[in-house]
Amino acid sequence: MDFYLTALLQGLCFAGIAFGIYISMKIFNIPDITTDGSYTLGGVVSGAMLTHNLSGYLILPAVLLAGALAGALTGIIHTKLKINALLAGILVMTALYSVNLTILGRSNLPLLNMPNLFTLITFTTNINQNSLIILTGFVLVFTLLIGYLLKTDFGIAMRATGNSEPMIRALGVNTDRMKITGLALANALTALSGYLIVQLQGFADISMGIGIVIVGLGSVIIAETIINWLRITSVWWSLVLVMAGAVIFQFVLAFTLNIGIDANLLKLVTAVFVLLIVGLPRLTGRQA
Amino acid sequence: MIQLSNVHKTFNTGKPNQVVAINNINLQINAGEFIVIVGANGSGKTTLLNLLAGNILPDSGLISIDDNNVTRLPEYSRSKWIARIFQNPLLGTAADLSIIDNFRLAALRTQNKGLSIGKNDKFKSLVKERIATLNMGLEDKIEQPIGTLSGGQRQALTLLMSVMDTCKILLLDEPTAALDPRSAEQVLRIADDLIRQYQLTAIMVTHNLKDAGKYGSRIIQMGEGEILKDVSGSEKQNLKQNDIYDWFG
Repeated sequence: MDFYLTALLQGLCFAGIAFGIYISMKIFNIPDITTDGSYTLGGVVSGAMLTHNLSGYLILPAVLLAGALAGALTGIIHTKLKINALLAGILVMTALYSVNLTILGRSNLPLLNMPNLFTLITFTTNINQNSLIILTGFVLVFTLLIGYLLKTDFGIAMRATGNSEPMIRALGVNTDRMKITGLALANALTALSGYLIVQLQGFADISMGIGIVIVGLGSVIIAETIINWLRITSVWWSLVLVMAGAVIFQFVLAFTLNIGIDANLLKLVTAVFVLLIVGLPRLTGRQA
Repeated sequence: MIQLSNVHKTFNTGKPNQVVAINNINLQINAGEFIVIVGANGSGKTTLLNLLAGNILPDSGLISIDDNNVTRLPEYSRSKWIARIFQNPLLGTAADLSIIDNFRLAALRTQNKGLSIGKNDKFKSLVKERIATLNMGLEDKIEQPIGTLSGGQRQALTLLMSVMDTCKILLLDEPTAALDPRSAEQVLRIADDLIRQYQLTAIMVTHNLKDAGKYGSRIIQMGEGEILKDVSGSEKQNLKQNDIYDWFG
């Protein structure tokens, strides 16, 4: 059972990446893969600041700011230099590897027995359960913030930017600036996942972000399948499902490991799983 | 209201496919005028409209609106004067957003889109009231994605959206080209009504010479990037569809 609790905890940590991908891919229609870099960036910034005994109240804003900068950079390269979003993301992601290594100072940084977010308040003595309470509250607050943002006039303009650029430009929105802001927001949320996972696992690693974009993509695709299936139009429900998508994704991986599949094959299983979710609606649609 | 002085625009300068789209045009548009622009394909009608809207910038010349020099001003900064109706109904609205969301954005065309929720009950009832005037039965569907509506319905709503915020100039680029004859007639009638009601300065590009004869207070024929004919006042009102046909002879 603890096995699945860990999966739930990880899933909640990855909700940030899922929200980030949801914003960049579904709302702005931009395939952004800065994710691998900005997730690690969030992790290494947290790790470095924790080992320097800096206040937790400083670490969170610093992480969000670092992620936002990375995303904004991708946005600027994409909009101002008119470079394909994928390439812009790859460029920033690649550059971030060196940045992350410099911040971390080494390839792996253990953070065990260090006071962090999950030791901030003690609700119960069971560490995992305590983490679950804190994490749930934390993710909930962020879900509420994003949900509110998407409901505001600014949020509607954001959604319209990915939907019909000529329209929203004619309605007085600087779409370049809007995309840069959107990618900054998406990568700030991605960095947040790095911040959470590093504190949950008790270490920061330079390669923690490799292939992590698939976690976000998978979560969003799971959410989207359910959204289309149930014909959901509510922003709130969409966000809840994206969060649920991240958790379901981790459950599937936990289940795969639990039934005894070689851990080395995990990435392959992940890829096949995502392929299945994407492909399944098409396959069943053909039969109908 | 709008002044164009020696405005020039060449596309693909220096390449084999170089084309002069607008050739040193001078044009004065007075407040409250409803100008209809006709002309063959490639005569520069749409380019002229785009130059006014700001999504194309001229090579040389001066464009001013209300005595403000807007020549280098990007499209999103000109929205405080200009509302646009696109030829393709898909472009003028955000398909996946609900009708109410589309109207909310239109209501903020000249303003900042801030971090407050402006889509409240008061706004919703205002939008419902406005939409009800179309007699299309859309007032009960405001939460529906606007993409689920027909082209004619979307174009009618786009027109209504343009007057949700203060609007001085309305640009219509072949607004009915993608519509069936009946919807086209309906949309133009709505446009004409709104232009009168809100005393808008309107510029419409059209290929339909019947509409060109029927609507507008001034008609301009363009050819090869120049203004060939410019007829207004009682002369325009007495103009028959056949007279306009003869211009193309």
